[in-house]
Amino acid sequence: MRRYGIAAAVAGLALVLACLPPPGFGQARGNTMVVTFKDDVSTLDPAIGYDWQNWSIIKSIFDGLMDYEPGTTKLTLHLAESYAISADGKTYTFRLRRGVKFHNGREVTAQDFKYSLERVLNPKTQSPGAGFFGGISGAAAFSEGKAKEVSGIRVVDRSTLAITLDKPNAAFLHIMALNFAHVVPREEVEKAGADFGHKPVGTGAFRVKEWVLGQRLVLVRNRDYFLRGRPYLDEIVFQVGVEPNVAFLKLQRGEVDVLGDGIPPAEFVKVMNDPTLRRLVAVGDQLHTGYVTINTQVSPLTDVRVRRALNMAVDKARIVRIINNRAVPATQILPPLMPGYDRSYTGYPFDREQAKKLLAEAGYPNGFATVLYANNTDPNPRIAQAIQQDLAAIGVRAELKTLAQSTVIEAGGQKGQAPLIWSGGMAWIADYPDPNDFYWPILSCAALAPGTWNWAWYCNRQVEQLVEQADALVQPAQAAAREERFRQIYRAIMSDAPWIPIFHEKRYTMHSARMGGPEVLWVDPIHIPVHYDEVRVVK
Amino acid sequence: MNVRPAGGASGRAGAPPAVTSPSDVVRTLRAAAPRVRVPPSPWSRVRRNRAALFGIGVITVVTAVAVLAPWLAPYDPAQQFTDGLTAEGRPLPPGGRFWLGTDLLGRDLLSRLIYGARITLLIGVAANGAALAIGALLGTAAGYFRGWVGTAFMRFTDMMMAFPALILAIALAAILRPSLWIVALVIAMVNWVWIARVIYSQVLSIGQREFIEAARALGVPTRRILARHLFPHLLPTLLVWGTLGISTTVMFEAALSFLGVGVRPPTPSWGGTINESQSYFLEAPWLVGFPGAAILLTSLSFNLVGDALRDALDPQMRGR
Amino acid sequence: MAAYLVRRLAQSVVILLGVTAITFALLYALPADPARMIAGRSATADTVQRIRAELGLDQPLPVQYARYLGRLVRGDLGRSYAQKIQVADLLWSRLPATALLMVGGIAFELLIGLPAGMLAALRRRSRLDQLVMVAAFVGVSAPQFVVGLFLLYWLAYRWGLFPLGGYGTAAHLVLPAFALGIAGGGWYARVMRSSMLDVIHQDYVRTARAKGLSEARVVLRHAVRNALLPVVSMVGLDIGTFMGGVVVVETVFSWPGIGQLAWQAIQIVDIPVIMGVVVVSALAITTGNLLADLVYPLLDPKIRYG
Repeated sequence: MRRYGIAAAVAGLALVLACLPPPGFGQARGNTMVVTFKDDVSTLDPAIGYDWQNWSIIKSIFDGLMDYEPGTTKLTLHLAESYAISADGKTYTFRLRRGVKFHNGREVTAQDFKYSLERVLNPKTQSPGAGFFGGISGAAAFSEGKAKEVSGIRVVDRSTLAITLDKPNAAFLHIMALNFAHVVPREEVEKAGADFGHKPVGTGAFRVKEWVLGQRLVLVRNRDYFLRGRPYLDEIVFQVGVEPNVAFLKLQRGEVDVLGDGIPPAEFVKVMNDPTLRRLVAVGDQLHTGYVTINTQVSPLTDVRVRRALNMAVDKARIVRIINNRAVPATQILPPLMPGYDRSYTGYPFDREQAKKLLAEAGYPNGFATVLYANNTDPNPRIAQAIQQDLAAIGVRAELKTLAQSTVIEAGGQKGQAPLIWSGGMAWIADYPDPNDFYWPILSCAALAPGTWNWAWYCNRQVEQLVEQADALVQPAQAAAREERFRQIYRAIMSDAPWIPIFHEKRYTMHSARMGGPEVLWVDPIHIPVHYDEVRVVK
Repeated sequence: MNVRPAGGASGRAGAPPAVTSPSDVVRTLRAAAPRVRVPPSPWSRVRRNRAALFGIGVITVVTAVAVLAPWLAPYDPAQQFTDGLTAEGRPLPPGGRFWLGTDLLGRDLLSRLIYGARITLLIGVAANGAALAIGALLGTAAGYFRGWVGTAFMRFTDMMMAFPALILAIALAAILRPSLWIVALVIAMVNWVWIARVIYSQVLSIGQREFIEAARALGVPTRRILARHLFPHLLPTLLVWGTLGISTTVMFEAALSFLGVGVRPPTPSWGGTINESQSYFLEAPWLVGFPGAAILLTSLSFNLVGDALRDALDPQMRGR
Repeated sequence: MAAYLVRRLAQSVVILLGVTAITFALLYALPADPARMIAGRSATADTVQRIRAELGLDQPLPVQYARYLGRLVRGDLGRSYAQKIQVADLLWSRLPATALLMVGGIAFELLIGLPAGMLAALRRRSRLDQLVMVAAFVGVSAPQFVVGLFLLYWLAYRWGLFPLGGYGTAAHLVLPAFALGIAGGGWYARVMRSSMLDVIHQDYVRTARAKGLSEARVVLRHAVRNALLPVVSMVGLDIGTFMGGVVVVETVFSWPGIGQLAWQAIQIVDIPVIMGVVVVSALAITTGNLLADLVYPLLDPKIRYG
């Protein structure tokens, strides 16, 4: 028998030796950047891609009329050379930059923009962005199949595009900077059919060189890119399926340049306390608020005193500590980076006595039982448990339901279903840096329908009117007045207390020492995790 | 599928001689059939086995801890202490106020382990036991009766095997009010298939051995053949599944909890503690180490006791 | 034999029908709406409704299932909701890695489990036996995520013996396969041991000994052969489950297998992908079990299928 044990050992050893890797890990990569992700990169079709991961990759392959100054939330012209807004604020006329070419060599025309926008609005495309463009005149008729084209999108000449809205919307230029408004070449879309998302052809700084499903996506620089000197990198390699803890080890061994999923939570404190590692971390803000929605149509949460009591019950500082201080406690709905954020507003204090008093006033001196939903990915169950304990301290007994994201989203969209939902892992990061993006999809009467993201089932007609008035202030000179309007609006909403704002997450991006460029590029509020066109190799 | 004995296998070297006459049958039966002799009592034999005593000790302690949890636990297992985390939000290592340290929410790990014993016993022993019983029953029936019954049973196990347990779990979690019963149900549904498959193959083989054939020929009732002649040979396999299964079932329960089926946070369970802190094992090894050791010790103890019991009950093994 | 195979294949088709039907019904019952997941958070109810119609999700369940089967028999598994790519392409891209890990994992399970189980049985009640038993329990009880990260940290990161996860060369396969082998090896060792103990005292083994055959010959020719029966059924089962994907090990070792694909699809209710994985694993499981059933008679000639 012993013979066989030895034979097995020898065989095992032989297998190990035969498999030893070739020498030379982490060799010089030249002007290439390696980024890791845990999940697959899904479609790169700008009309369809809508997760944070493919969002900024799409931005590097396609372009829109508008964009942002790298590292900021400041709008700039991009494929548009100039634009003009009509006096009634409803019509936008864009002059196109000339000589911009698609990756296939053809020049971009105004007709391409019309095609691209209509493609998003066409239900056959199944674009999640269609809703953003519903305000364009004739969009509804087109979507319903009653019109062959969208009457509000007019090609004036080869390089002039005019878009007319049903009513003014001050955020419209931001909407034209969304990926959904990026330009695609009709001939390539029709050639690739449903596979366009995997064979994308755009105008952007990079194009797809190689895509091995489940393993890697390689982008290569577009030599004809219209912005001179961009991009800095020759190639970007996205390695997918890499667990964040393993990606962290790979980075330390020099095999990887950027941790796409961020620093693994288990290593975060160690990294921030280690001077060598700390230097590799860029810190910034993002347009994020984590909150608990309070369903205003479920008893006893219908009573504003109860909702205010819940707001006073949660110890936000302790929750921030649980996530290793990766966030700042929130007092209000908008994040600090967002125009309209109110620095003088302090929100509800953490005051259990006051909370109990309010509950007693509302007729619940002994509290009540309710249900708190949460997404089941770490750290969300932990945060939800902390909230659960805080609510128990004022007598509110919340049963915890930690479920898959899709199930929570479904429950939130059903009337009268979910009393409380912790939004972490699902919402809300702004689509664009305008305060109305925190109103229309998640707090408005317009979104008060089954299946939307207004999980608080909140609707205040007066507030809605104020927002409509603010959105009519479209001229650049009115920006400050509009911001002030929004400060009032969000104060009014907080007094109705449909949410418990918990914290605003910060961004921490870890990159290898050989990568550089201004730090803001590594925590760009629009491009997550980093601005691929702008970051560069420095050594 | 129709499985038939292949007739005389006597041509093969080492195989026992073919059974030809009634006297041969009787002789074979006497020689090979397990006979359960009662005295001295199996229990006394177990008692003489030190390893088994150790196992009994551990099981007794775990059971006592589960029952007496409210009196034994130093703290409320759900209480999140603000000073249970460092200012940076790290859990505290063992020592001082929290003997076994704290978890990622600043809760006392010792108290959570004490309360967690309840879930572990229920899931690891009860749910796993149910899976064992179903698997053994179906596997034996399929292997012994063969014919269309056997075919139907085994194709049914194939189907259950191919069935995505994960999706079932998510669906159940969302549709029903989650409870330990659903966990037990899902676990039993997933686990019995394996046991049935392995028992089936063993019964196929043992069923062809001479002593069974002989017993059949002598007209011994089926129930008696199964219980007296077949079952003792399956016992070792069942024991392996029954004990190793405790560990895997407890971990499976943790996975189900993650999907929203089963115990709700903040209810503590050993598997759940490992599950939520496993990526921290380099930074906070106690969070994986202590519950891991508890699971290991419990399943090992059941194995020691089971081993000893089997030896005591199974005359074939005795003294060899 | 041929008749038996034909019958088994026919049964596989029935199993496939049953599994797809039940899974389809469950997905239908799931309180999550794929159309809504596609539509995103800014979509109006109208948009969601139009997408639902576009996908045929507004049809009654039997109609949807019939349509699915109709496409399935033509070899069309549909398109992923999230990736907008053919499910068949997604599965093909991951099948080689899945199959490779299946083979590697089972190889390590057997390589670890069988010798350990045999030695423990032959040296029953010795120190070695006890060691094997405890090691088996440790292997089975250890959480795979921790084992995987531990192996990567020491063998790959600190000592640089293996790549830090990934797929491509034989070196990439060793650690994930070994991690699977640690857990499965414990099972195999225990099963092999108890099965050996049962066989070793059978009369024919004693007869063989009495005939004066060498101990090694007795053990190998007669005991091990028969003791392998339950091991064969376990391998058959492992073929099936491993081909359905091993999520944790794939995740830790960045192995592009089917498990990760299934996990991501379940999170976002990507029904065509989920169904595709179910079809693949149902085929693998029926094949694995068929293989096991075919091997039994080779080990124990008394077992024969008609």
